[in-house]
Amino acid sequence: MNNFDWFLQGLSEAATPMNLLYAVIGVLLGTAVGVLPGIGPAMTVALLLPVTYNVSPSAAFIMFAGIFYGGMYGGSTTSILLNTPGESSSVITAIEGNKMAKAGRAAQALATAAIGSFVAGAIGTVLLATFAPPISRFAVTLGAPSYLAIMVFALVAVTAVLGASKLRGAISLFLGLAIGCVGIDFLTGQPRATFGLPQLSDGIDIVVIAVAIFAVGEALWVAAHLRRRPAEIIPVGRPWMGREDWKRSWKPWLRGTAYGFPFGALPAGGAELPTFLSYITEKRLSKHKEEFGKGAIEGVAGPEAANNASAAGTLVPMLSLGLPTNATAAVMLTAFVSYGIQPGPTLFEKEPLLIWTLIASLFIGNFLLLVLNLPLAPLWARLLRTPRPYLYAGILFFAALGALAVNVQPLDLALLLVFGLLGLMMRRFGLPVLPLIIGVILGPRIERQLRQSLQLGGGEWTSLFTEPVAIITYVLMAILLLMPLVLKLMHRSEETLLIVEDDKDQKEKAEA
Amino acid sequence: MTTTSEKTQENAAPRRVDKAQYLVCAVLVAVGAFLIYDALTLDAGFAKVDPVGPKFFPLAIGVILVVLAVILAIAIPRGSVGEADAGEDVDPDSPGDWRTVGLLVGVFVAVILLVEPLGWAIAGTLLFAGAATILGSRHYIRNIVIGAALALASFYAFYAGLGIPLPAGILDGIL
Repeated sequence: MNNFDWFLQGLSEAATPMNLLYAVIGVLLGTAVGVLPGIGPAMTVALLLPVTYNVSPSAAFIMFAGIFYGGMYGGSTTSILLNTPGESSSVITAIEGNKMAKAGRAAQALATAAIGSFVAGAIGTVLLATFAPPISRFAVTLGAPSYLAIMVFALVAVTAVLGASKLRGAISLFLGLAIGCVGIDFLTGQPRATFGLPQLSDGIDIVVIAVAIFAVGEALWVAAHLRRRPAEIIPVGRPWMGREDWKRSWKPWLRGTAYGFPFGALPAGGAELPTFLSYITEKRLSKHKEEFGKGAIEGVAGPEAANNASAAGTLVPMLSLGLPTNATAAVMLTAFVSYGIQPGPTLFEKEPLLIWTLIASLFIGNFLLLVLNLPLAPLWARLLRTPRPYLYAGILFFAALGALAVNVQPLDLALLLVFGLLGLMMRRFGLPVLPLIIGVILGPRIERQLRQSLQLGGGEWTSLFTEPVAIITYVLMAILLLMPLVLKLMHRSEETLLIVEDDKDQKEKAEA
Repeated sequence: MTTTSEKTQENAAPRRVDKAQYLVCAVLVAVGAFLIYDALTLDAGFAKVDPVGPKFFPLAIGVILVVLAVILAIAIPRGSVGEADAGEDVDPDSPGDWRTVGLLVGVFVAVILLVEPLGWAIAGTLLFAGAATILGSRHYIRNIVIGAALALASFYAFYAGLGIPLPAGILDGIL
């Protein structure tokens, strides 16, 4: 069967009435939770993971697709109406979107965000369906050494490239790797760092860690700094766009998609850079430059499309290589594992129906989002008025519920609190969250891959460098790590030159 | 008088040094030391094909955590600060209301201890009502009613809908 046949098969699987119902529930839940202030898409998916326990994997993934896009859309609604982006990728949307909303054009801002997200999501999913299978076919031919190199690369890239402080990125990463050590050593069967607790021998459940770091950490952090007065919310009617708005929006949507998807597909590409690039591009190309900074519709349409396309792009390495490159993908990957599905390049071969059902569900979820959310926007805006004590009490409540539901043992609640406090500490001291989550997920897999490759190579370290892809990846990694250093040195030499010139000038002045 | 004002001025100038960050150092050293200690209790694998063995990863991670703690400890007095998270409901300029956080943690600990004996329905109610009250909602009865409704609804939804039996506790047989 070729990919298109598989896609049709996936579509027929996803489009049964029962599964469509799951998709609708997913979109509604995802948007409702995503709209709530302080909750980004990753936290939305983490909080809603328990809902998908005990339903069939395909139904669960259909719900996930809905939650995924719903959470993204909900986040942009919050940033437009509140001017307070839930995560860095919607910062740019907030700049122009909130200005539009304040100028009485909230409906148009929401509409261009929703339709732009739909366009970007649809194109992104087509690109995903096109690129993921060949990449995974190529990845299957790679041996363990190459795969090891790619995983290490993802780890280094996420830590070193994103975020302001490399030291703090590294601290977060190694804390994550430390958490990943907990459990039974897979080769010798010895318990490691389990404190003698048999419940920890399978490692700490990643759902508990994700919910703790994202939800509990955030709730505690907000509790320490709760605003006395809640931010002002702008009322909206039903989102709509006039002819002029359409004319000004469609090109930014496409350009934003073109920026977002490739960046999302790269490890460490992220969504910040493409949204920013899209914003600059639209500002330069716009015929209404004077409106930028005062609420230009292009400045919402482009970045919002870039954001969504980048989200679709992150699914490429996730589905084809088993590599999570952003927090949302990391949490989704844990859902795969909890269904006993081994993420990695063999996924398309082993579970083709499931993967194509997921891809088809992404289309359905994306479409439902548009159909449901345009009319429901005023309702979502009202959710923003949830009293803050109830909102954060509710987050704590559902976090506890989710952690308890994993294994029904109070120990998980204790872990939830411990990692929640860790999450609070990370927010207080500006340690980025993503490297920790990626470290927890990739650390154990890197160790396993390393030791298995060495076993296959007869215990020879040189066997790790026998494959060209592995060597190229290590070289790229070295460049990535050394680049900033080299740039700094060059910059410094320039500075010293300037100082010397300054000295000369002063000397000349003094002589004169 | 003059000396005290001078002192406060002195304190004000280097106030950029965020001393609380030493807490991060302490956590890193604690986690790193535990990993190193635990790794040393492991039996090394003797297989020639497993030159890495079970000790290497925890040992390396533990050592690096300690090294990172040292680097951070050196960087802190030089004015290295992390940028605290901003957010919709976060007022980053407020000094930080750590009493509220402490109370929330207290409620959470109580829930951990009580969820088995009392059951989720009661512990969940306590969690929601307690957290809402601590966070400043003064409608005590409404807090409890909403908490009880959420806890009962989630108990039945997980039991009937998802087949996950949350602890029933003392209400076993009534629910």
